[in-house]
This record gives sequence, structure tokens and C-alpha cells, in this order.
Amino acid sequence: MTIEELEQIAKSVHQENEKYDFEVNVCMDLACNSQGAGLLHSALVKAAEASGKKVLVRKTGCMGPCSSGPLVRVDPEKTLYHHVKDANAETIVNSLGEAPVAALQCDLNEHFDKQVRVVLENAGHIDPEKIDDYIARDGYKALLTVLTEMTPNGVIHRITESGLRGRGGGGYPTGLKWSTVAKAGGDTKYVVCNGDEGDPGAFMDRSVMEGDPHRVIEGMAIAAYAVGASKGFIYVRAEYPVAVARLTTALREARRRGLLGTNLCGTTFNFDVEIRLGAGAFVCGEETALIASIEGRRGTPKPRPPYPAVSGLWGRPTLINNVETYANIAPIVRNGGKWFFNMGSERSKGTKVFALTGRINHTGLIEVPLGIKLWEIIDVIGGGVPAGHTFKAVQTGGPSGGCLPAEMLPIGVSYDALMAAGSIMGSGGMIVMDDTSCMVNVARFFVEFCMTESCGKCIPCRAGTAQMYTLLTRICTGVGTMDDLRLLEDLCSTVKEASLCGLGQTAPNPVLSTLKYFRNEYIDHIVHKKCTAGVCNMQVPAEVLA
Amino acid sequence: MRKNGFARSALIETLHTVQSSFGFLDDDAIKFVAESLRVPLSQAYGVVTFYHYFSLKPPGKHTMTICAGTACYIKGTDKLIADAEKHLGIQVGQTTKNGQTSLMTARCVGACSRAPVVLFDGEVAGEVNREQMLAQLERWTVE
Repeated sequence: MTIEELEQIAKSVHQENEKYDFEVNVCMDLACNSQGAGLLHSALVKAAEASGKKVLVRKTGCMGPCSSGPLVRVDPEKTLYHHVKDANAETIVNSLGEAPVAALQCDLNEHFDKQVRVVLENAGHIDPEKIDDYIARDGYKALLTVLTEMTPNGVIHRITESGLRGRGGGGYPTGLKWSTVAKAGGDTKYVVCNGDEGDPGAFMDRSVMEGDPHRVIEGMAIAAYAVGASKGFIYVRAEYPVAVARLTTALREARRRGLLGTNLCGTTFNFDVEIRLGAGAFVCGEETALIASIEGRRGTPKPRPPYPAVSGLWGRPTLINNVETYANIAPIVRNGGKWFFNMGSERSKGTKVFALTGRINHTGLIEVPLGIKLWEIIDVIGGGVPAGHTFKAVQTGGPSGGCLPAEMLPIGVSYDALMAAGSIMGSGGMIVMDDTSCMVNVARFFVEFCMTESCGKCIPCRAGTAQMYTLLTRICTGVGTMDDLRLLEDLCSTVKEASLCGLGQTAPNPVLSTLKYFRNEYIDHIVHKKCTAGVCNMQVPAEVLA
Repeated sequence: MRKNGFARSALIETLHTVQSSFGFLDDDAIKFVAESLRVPLSQAYGVVTFYHYFSLKPPGKHTMTICAGTACYIKGTDKLIADAEKHLGIQVGQTTKNGQTSLMTARCVGACSRAPVVLFDGEVAGEVNREQMLAQLERWTVE
């Protein structure tokens, strides 16, 4: 495959698409699918055939505002329809070329205006099972340019220049990680994609893997060229069967097109990728545990150093990046590091995908430039909390993150600002809570999660989270005392300081952040035996009340 | 196993294949896989018990999986779980005595924007309320 051949494919796809007057794109992501997008797609195909119009009906990845699903977008008019039922298919097809169907039109201009799409640029525009659709939107151009025109060092320089930081949560500079692996000795190196999106309440990586799988593969291939690896692994959760199927198809297509395999583009570069399945263990998102799991062992972490960049899979230098990090690589190579560097805030560059969920009007997948104010995400893009309720907190970073109250809404979303506020960027889950949530109970929920997910290798995490859970349960059931609270705070710092890996070190975060911002709720539970949100079932023994 | 060249590192892949064919992993299956891949039985058993996805018990005819991810929790799946347990007379992770229904929870299936989410035999249903859930359980019981 050469660049000319690639352009030829792109041209033939464009020519093919020009035969049609209209494109009807149906979002087939999990959320829309669970609301009947499958039936809708068949109904649209049928209606299009019956109408005699030249209509292309396409299945696409996630379009974003899942709460308005099933979604349909008609191009070239770019009309977005929401809550479309299969019964509406004929009406939509009949309206093509005429005025749009006003009753179904989705008016979410504010929702989209604040967003900038880099990672999600293709989602909703291509059929993820067709490699040619991806190629027609500049896909694999970056890989072939890199192979024919750039040196590995040049690629690393461009990534470093872009200021991209790891999107899995840690925020480690990607360029620095790549150069460490590139400098490590040895003939055999590996590139690993972390698609173990264990953080509950987050689904960015799933949407990227399902909606635009080739983008991840292209990013991995570029990384492999830069660091000198010839073998890659994508580690995906078994809970994401569709993502696994899409990636399998994508890998097969890429091999067929000669974009994976040996002597790519007539060079000496060889690269291929294997999929490895997770099996439901949150700790496997931690890189050393992930390596153990790929090797077919129990996913228990190891102390670092040595870092995987030096000694990873089977003791070889291994580059591990998150799905979203790899998804950013191709556009950076295509548009230059400066282009990316100019987006975002001072120390957090580019855009970030967030999964906006919980008690908020417009749930779904969003992509925003970093530095955007938290309130803009919640009030403008998300449309605020449901009517009649008041905003209480937003939880970022999953079980390792924290809950931020209304006072924190003016901060800009960046790695450092969130860290300073007592939470973390994390992989991008953003869960909004209103007055119906009890913060003590929320903290207990996360501690329970960490307790069951703790691998049991180190004691602070294994025993500490269990004791924290017991203390929080005492508080939630109304038998807690102020001594329990002091003990809890003590324990939090022990677990944080002494745990081996990221899971244990960050497990106390939900407790610490709720203690920092919502201490009064803890006091209410302990002293007044009262749960303001009415969530906790207080079974106060008579002797305590007396 | 042949697909992965009998590689020891493909233990988890192989166990996935066995579980998707038989629904669960029994002792014979684990022993067979361990011997074929030349992996110590202790390692195979360790892997099976370490990962939540693997099950040592046969599932019921139908399985209801309630998502216990954060977004679903905020939207009240803890109450759904309690209602389901009461209705079926079993705890999460168990199967009814007649072998009809298994009740499971999942750590987030990634459909958070439609929370609370319940999977009826693997089919994702979003914004599920108590009545819908109990109606589906009732349909399974009557069968």
C-alpha cells in the first residue's frame, strides 16, 4: 500500500458517495441501539428503497447526545433528528430534498457549540466496519507519511511538541514515555493499548473502539514505528463484546489492505496487533497488572520501577497508552504538533472526551478543549440538572477521583486544576449528582467498589478498604461516632501512603474529597442521625437516641 | 487453543472460549485447559477465581444482570437490586431453585447515559424501572 493507492481508495469512496443525493446516518451505539436503532435502520433502508430517491443509509458510531436517542443525521443538510422511532422512517425519507421534519428536529446547538471534535471527528460519519470509509476521511494517511517521510525521532519530536498527555488518567507526557521506550535497549519491544475501561460510569474508550476502531490501530502502528516495536496488543474488557467484534473486523480489514503485516508501504517496518480480553478486574487498568493479565496470569500489580517502558511484557520494553491517547496520534501527525499545542489550557493541551452521565438533562459523550470551565460542561453542554432539583456535586475520575461541589464549578478542567481541587482528570467519566444523592453513601459505594476490586496483594489496600467500608457503613446506618470519623481519616492517609499501586493509593480519594467539601453531611449522619437526601436507612438503636 | 498456538499466555482467551460454549467453567474444563496449555493447575484455578467474569456455577435458563456502575447507582440501581432479590428470593450471584433465573450484577456495561441499565439475557435495556423489571421476571417465571 502506497500513499497514491490510499488516495485512489479515498477517491473511489467519494465517487461512490456522490452517486447519492442524501446520506442518512443512523447512530448504532449501545445507547441508541437499546432504544431501537436496529429496527429504525432496517425501516430507513426499506423506506429509502421504496422512495426511489438516491439515499445512502449508513450505520455509524456514537453521535454524542445519547439521552436524545435514537439519533439520525441527514447529510448534506446536517439535520439532526432525535427520539426517532422506526415508524418515523418514511416521514424522514419523504422529507429529503424538502423542508426537514420539524417535530423530530433536535435543537441542541448549545450542546454542540462548545465542543471541539478531534478524537470523535469520525464518529457519526463513518461506518466503523468499513476501512474505506475511514480512508476516505484521511485515515492511514498519517501512518504512511510517517513510514515514508519521517524518522522515528521525528515522530517522537512531533508528539512531544504537541504537549499530549496520557488520557488514561495519569496525565504522563506521551512524548516522554515514547522516547523512554525508544531509548530502551533490546530487539523485541511491544506496544500495548489499554482498553480496559474499568472506571464505572465511563464509556469514552468503548465508543472510540466501536465507532472508529481504525484510528486506534493507526495510532498504535505510528507508536510502534516511533519506539521500534513490531508487535502490538489491544487489551479490551470482556464486557464490551461489540468493541471486540469491531476491532477484530478492523484488524482483518487492515491486514487485507496491507496496512498491517510485513514490509508496510514497501519499507522494512513490520507490525501486527493481537486482541487480548480482560475478564472483569478493575485493577487490570493498572499497567503492571495489565501486563500480568496479557501474559495469562492473575492481574496483580508489581512495584515500579522497573517501569514497563524498560521491562514490561515478558521482560521487554513495553509502551502502554490508553485508547484515547492513541486516537489523538493520527491527527497530531497530520496537522502538526503546534496545531494540537494551541488547543487547551496552559499545561493541558488538546481536547478531552468525557462521558457525561448521572442526574443531568443531556447525558452522552462530549469532547471539549481542555481548560473549559466545569460549569460550561454541566450547565451549557449538559443542560443542567433535572428541573426541581439542585446541583450538589460532580464526580470525576471514577473510584480514584473525587466529588467536586458547586463552589468548584468555576475552575477550568485540566489535569492540574482537578488535582488541586482534590479530584483527578481520570479517564473521563463525569457523573453529576443532585440533592437526591447522599455524599456519605456515594463515598461508601466507591469504597465498596475498591474493596471488591482490590487484588489482595498488599495489605493496606486489602484490609484498609475493608475497614473503611465498615466504618462508612456504621456512619450510614446511624451507629457511627465521631471517633469512627477520626479513625476513618487516619485510615485514609495510611491506605493512600502505603498501597502498592494506583488502585490503593487513590481508593481514599472519594472519601477525602467528600470529607473536604461535604463534612456537614457526615456530621448530620453521626450527630443528628439524619440523612438529608433520604438515601441512608437509619436504624438507630434506642440506646443511642436515649 | 490451536488458534493461539497453544501459547501459555492465551490461558484467559481459552477460558473465555470454554465459558462462552458451556456457560460456566467446571473442574474438568479447567483441568483440561491447564494440561493442554502446560500451565500449572493452581495458576489456571487462580485465574478463574481472580477474574469476576468467570463463573464456576452453571447459570440459570435466563440471566438478569443489573448494572452496578456509578451512573446507574446514582439513578437508583441499589433499589432495583434489592427488589429483584426480594422478588426472586435469592441473592446476587445465585440462581433460583428451579434453575430458571440467575441474578447478577455488572461493573458498568458502558451504557451509562441510559442509566439505570439492566441486561435481560444480554439485551441492554435502559432507564428501567421497578415495574418493567418485575414484569420481565414474571414472564420468565411463567414460561
